[in-house]
Amino acid sequence: MREGLNVKDLEKLKERFPGVEVTEGIDMSTLWVPVGRLVEVMQVLKEDYGFNFLADLTGVDVPAEEAIILVYHLMSVPSARETRVKVKLPRSEPRAPSLVSLWPAAEVQEREAFDLLGIIFEGHPNLKRILCPDDFEGHPLRKDFTLPKEAGWDRNGGDGRSYPQTEGFCQGRAERGES
Amino acid sequence: MKPNTSLVTEEITLNMGPQHPSTHGVYRAVLTLDGEKVVGVENVIGYLHRGIEKLAEDRTYTQFIPYTDRLDYLAAMLNNLGYVQAVEKLMGIEVPERAEYLRIIMAELSRIASHYVMLASMALDLSGWTAWFIPFRDRERILDLFEMVCGSRLTLSYMRIGGVAADIPPEFVPALKSFLAELPRGLEEFNGLITNNEIFKARCQGVGRIDLETALAYGITGPNLRACGLPFDLRKVKPYGIYDRFDFEVPVRHNGDTYDRFVIRVLEIEQSARIIEQALRDLPEGPIMAKVPRVIKPPQGEVYHQIEGAKGILGFYVVSDGSSKPYRIHIHSPSFVNLGAFPVMAKGGTIQDAVATLASIDIVLGEVDR
Amino acid sequence: MLDALLSSWGLPLWAVTTIRALVYLLGVLAFVFLNAIYLIYLERKISAYMQQRLGPNRVGPRGIFQSVADAIKLLCKEDIIPREADKWVFLVAPIVIFIPAIMVYAIIPFGPGMIAADLNIGVFYFLAVASTTTIAILMGGWAGNNKYSLLGAMRTVAQMVSYEIPLVFSILGVVMLVGSLKTSDIVAAQKEIWFILLQPVAFLIYFIAATAEVNRGPFDLVEGEQEIIAGPFTEFTAMRYALFYLSEYTNLLSVSALAVTLFLGGWQGPWLPPWLWFIIKVYIMILLFMWVRWTFPRIRIDHLLQFNWKFLLPLSLVNILGTGIGIKVYQALMTGGW
Repeated sequence: MREGLNVKDLEKLKERFPGVEVTEGIDMSTLWVPVGRLVEVMQVLKEDYGFNFLADLTGVDVPAEEAIILVYHLMSVPSARETRVKVKLPRSEPRAPSLVSLWPAAEVQEREAFDLLGIIFEGHPNLKRILCPDDFEGHPLRKDFTLPKEAGWDRNGGDGRSYPQTEGFCQGRAERGES
Repeated sequence: MKPNTSLVTEEITLNMGPQHPSTHGVYRAVLTLDGEKVVGVENVIGYLHRGIEKLAEDRTYTQFIPYTDRLDYLAAMLNNLGYVQAVEKLMGIEVPERAEYLRIIMAELSRIASHYVMLASMALDLSGWTAWFIPFRDRERILDLFEMVCGSRLTLSYMRIGGVAADIPPEFVPALKSFLAELPRGLEEFNGLITNNEIFKARCQGVGRIDLETALAYGITGPNLRACGLPFDLRKVKPYGIYDRFDFEVPVRHNGDTYDRFVIRVLEIEQSARIIEQALRDLPEGPIMAKVPRVIKPPQGEVYHQIEGAKGILGFYVVSDGSSKPYRIHIHSPSFVNLGAFPVMAKGGTIQDAVATLASIDIVLGEVDR
Repeated sequence: MLDALLSSWGLPLWAVTTIRALVYLLGVLAFVFLNAIYLIYLERKISAYMQQRLGPNRVGPRGIFQSVADAIKLLCKEDIIPREADKWVFLVAPIVIFIPAIMVYAIIPFGPGMIAADLNIGVFYFLAVASTTTIAILMGGWAGNNKYSLLGAMRTVAQMVSYEIPLVFSILGVVMLVGSLKTSDIVAAQKEIWFILLQPVAFLIYFIAATAEVNRGPFDLVEGEQEIIAGPFTEFTAMRYALFYLSEYTNLLSVSALAVTLFLGGWQGPWLPPWLWFIIKVYIMILLFMWVRWTFPRIRIDHLLQFNWKFLLPLSLVNILGTGIGIKVYQALMTGGW
């Protein structure tokens, strides 16, 4: 399982890019990269270490640390070694350089991360919402996101009429102590 | 012949979708057309977005399993498998042998079912009406098999963290064997009708071509990547579960066009059948569930687990904060990324080519929009 | 016979002619509508048979009244005219498409003497009238003010105008053999031998070009459901749509009837009454069309045109040349010298 980068590679990387830190996870090692050096590190990983495939791009909102962590999973094709790269961004203004120039695959995934987490990717050719509607407000995968209350919406549909078929359902849930 | 430049022509924008016979769901492609020629494509997705990743944060680990069915609803077993294996990796659970074999059988059946739908719908998108029915007829038998083991046909929720939900009933094995015995005949019928049809070949060969380098850059995986000439299959390259015990081939085609993406599915069905046969032969007796705590509380940490889904590499990124609910689940869906390369493939062809290309990418909107 | 009966009642000549024309028209209309309705049912049953399904089986015995039920449903549906549509063209198009579809039956000999108008330019009349269908489809496509409709209409023009040429040339071979454009003469000339045996290549060309002319698969690009929804018919609803739909089957019937007349000996045949022979042969042709439609996927527009101009048209020209040489050689052999 634990392939990816070996210890020697990691040491070399740390030497080459001061600021890069390494932690060990359950499945693979994680490189923590400062946001300013992200593109360089990624380029080196892609060209010198054979991680030529962007397997995944996403983010995790961590309000406790006032941070949004940008998570990249890289893979080498065809040997299928994997590594994880993380970037810690300030929660108030998460900005990261776009990797579209390295991997066009990042285009849709960065748009998704922008849409759902509000990470702004600088240099992205077409950074707009992808899954939510264009006029949507907020970023759903942030931990403090709540659905905006639609005007007049209540359990009965807000139109003054009651909908008996929904009442039992709602009551049942309330009795069971669910929200 | 030189085109007549004195004639003023205008490009038109055509909204293909969200309601369109060949977008395979609610997906919209904004085509810029010069006559019949496609000069630009823009993907518009999100019509089916249900916020599954957000929902996951409010469900327990077990409760999330049914949600995975609704990602790629044509291959629900594979989604189940990817998710439960990710959680098992996080918790370090060893799955009993019998459960592993059952998982393989179900996962490969799901793959066959999914490929059947792809073959059928692509034939249909090229107006091969009769060819549409053959794979669907055969797929019906797979759904019957699923109904036998878990009572449902599409949204299966068969896998559990630590094993599978139920053992197979006694009538399952003979039914599966007869299905496997008749599978080649159905494929032969299908190939005779459509795969080797001259018109079909003319419509598909050299259409929507993408070379290996571009395909990798765009993150294309699965059969679509293997149609470009790279035998990259996680079941072979980095076996998860017990895939290293089976003897099968990874089919490769080299042109990277629509026809190859079609043919490779036919070949993969045969290989999946081989895997099932072996799994059925070696199926051991024993428990089907590991000893798993009643409340699943993985230790703090994170895991990224990839499996070879029917459409490409399906990844689950699970972050745990030590509680009974996942802190964050991210689903890397192959359709979503593969669809991102559709504009590149469709540009320069006709509308008819775009339809064929889209069908050959094999998207499922439940997975694209999540 | 009818004329004599009417004259014996002491009616003037103009009235006799008018009544006769009306009777013919009613006869043709009844024939066409009944057949078209039945053809829709037949097509659904045939495709179901090919696809291992049951097909319609709810309305009436074996679902035979399904098309009737569909027609009633379509009649009851709301007739929607899009706001942005070119209103008059939109209203007229379904009628324009149906008129030539009916008119062509004037020259079809259903049996000895069973012909509405035995014109001496019969075949020419058929082709001339049938080709106006293009205009109706173009009208429908333009009027709907829908991009899919427009694309479909453009395909129609490209396809039908191209395929008309090999169609005409394939018929020319038969006309050369007979030396007449009169359909009754052509049928009469096939007493000894059907022209499909003398003109197999022409029959093949006719079959392909006719499939394209009536927009049936694999040449159904005009409607191309999976690409352009329903092409020119996208915006039409209710009975207007039904008229387009009916005209499609009417056209199928008429090209089959012409094929029978030109190549399969028309109403000629032993034992059975001539009109029955005619119907049987027409339905064999129709089944052939249906078989092709439900087997092949749709061809691409550029392949369609290339196939026409680069293969079918030269082939039809070669066929004409061959026929001419053949006729000359035959004459030489018969008369024993040039």
